[in-house]
Amino acid sequence: MNPSLSYLRKAVTVVGAWLLAILWISPLLFAFWAAFHNPEDAIHFDLTAPLTLGNFVEAWNQAPFPRYMLNTFLLVTGLLAAQMILATLAAYAFARFNFVGGGIAFSLILVQLMITPEILIVENYATIADLGLADSLTGIGLPYAASAFGIFLLRQTFKSVPRELDDAARMEGCGTLGILWRVYVPLAMPTYLAYGLVSISHHWNNFLWPLVVSNSVETRPLTVGLAIFGAPESGVDWSIVSAATLMSVAPLLIAFLLFQRQFIRSFMASGIK
Amino acid sequence: MNFMGNRHVIGWLLISPAAILLVTFTHYPAVTTFFSSLFSRGNPIRPSKFVGADQYLALLDDPVFWTVLENNLYYAIGTIPASIALAIAMALLVDRALAGTGFLRLAYFTPTILPMIAVANIWLFFYTPEIGLLDRLLNPIGIETPNWLGDPSTALLSLIFITIWKEAGFFMIFYLAALQAQSPELKEAAKLEGASAFTFFRRVTFPLLMPTTLFVLVNAVLNSFKLVDHIFILTKGGPDNASSLILYYIYETAFSFFDTPYASALTIILLLFLGILALIQFGVLERRIHYR
Repeated sequence: MNPSLSYLRKAVTVVGAWLLAILWISPLLFAFWAAFHNPEDAIHFDLTAPLTLGNFVEAWNQAPFPRYMLNTFLLVTGLLAAQMILATLAAYAFARFNFVGGGIAFSLILVQLMITPEILIVENYATIADLGLADSLTGIGLPYAASAFGIFLLRQTFKSVPRELDDAARMEGCGTLGILWRVYVPLAMPTYLAYGLVSISHHWNNFLWPLVVSNSVETRPLTVGLAIFGAPESGVDWSIVSAATLMSVAPLLIAFLLFQRQFIRSFMASGIK
Repeated sequence: MNFMGNRHVIGWLLISPAAILLVTFTHYPAVTTFFSSLFSRGNPIRPSKFVGADQYLALLDDPVFWTVLENNLYYAIGTIPASIALAIAMALLVDRALAGTGFLRLAYFTPTILPMIAVANIWLFFYTPEIGLLDRLLNPIGIETPNWLGDPSTALLSLIFITIWKEAGFFMIFYLAALQAQSPELKEAAKLEGASAFTFFRRVTFPLLMPTTLFVLVNAVLNSFKLVDHIFILTKGGPDNASSLILYYIYETAFSFFDTPYASALTIILLLFLGILALIQFGVLERRIHYR
């Protein structure tokens, strides 16, 4: 091929890739810009307007964001701990104990990949209410504590552990749970990391189910609090909504920017079946 | 050996905590939803009674049901091909070592990790009449703009744009993983044969990405049923249900109109669609993956 033509094509590709990237990131950049300017300046898009932190102060004072943040944090961490324990036990059984009915049980568990708890929102809400868990963080987390996706990922990982390590650990006098804890869990650390990042970002962002279950400041996670705060009928200035939105996503966004590679690798791993 | 003799008991003990919760929140409610859909809505004067298929007959006569079904179809058609095409383009762009690949990948992927509620808040300002960014950009150059979220003909379309924006980067990740697993010798061979970049993509890369595309497709269809968060902020399903989707209608029926049996009948329809999707996944997708 003509070298100048190939050079031209490369240049066009680079420019196209960058234009698409700028287009893709611009809504977020615009929200940043608005959050740091006075509401009037944000609406008139005055580029020379002075910067301000007033919107953040205002949003912080108008709604209990620290409490929402704490709720989300407690929900996400507590849920992740429960998910990991339950998934580890179940995945170990499916990977290493060739028990009767295991195949059918595994297929039934995989149903949750398709039918997630929020699809059956009406009956699940009734169950949570019957258990006396309505309007509680436990009630928001419980339906997701057993994760088919987590069981699936860990089972794949556990299956690749050499059996000889099992036998060696048993010689050393380890029991069933001892082998799981000393041999399997350490070897599956990358899978735990991948699963953890996917789970955290999923439940930090989850909305519909928490909206139905939570009904007070003490239980509302950030997404639900933000939805109430930002609703158009609440008549809050757009700059303040932007500031509140950025505050809500800041912890996750900062974590993502710091651990970009791990995040992207984790999402990649989650798609490989 | 004692250990082996107990493997059935130990196996079931190990899975029981997860299994009990899964049955409680997936299998059991699926069954009770079906039973609930066979009863009438009770009130203090007339208690709920068995009505057989009446809820389903009511569903057939409900224009809103047909509207949300149609909307869901448009939503799927509007979001899925566009986000998959963009995802492939993004993955191809990021896969080759362009200047600033790290930044490009970050820019494409960031919408994925933002909550839909936050995204909707940001996009609300783009769509707001007159003071919104879209109108401020388009009106001065003489383009007449509709009331994006308030006009029945553009409300759903406005939601579709947001979903494409949010999903393309997510699907890009899976294509990127597939591209990086592709052997570089293929490209060298094609170069020797004098194949153009486009021919190479059409004849080699794209067919090899087929299993990924099927995986992404199933997830995209699943999302088109599950992704309703932005409706709460932007349109509340309006105007006149023009932007409502099945799951949002279920939520409204159950938690705004308090008609549990009818919401259950709607849920069963949704489960039916998901069941078909599962059959496609296990029929077509699994075979393709084994084939690979």
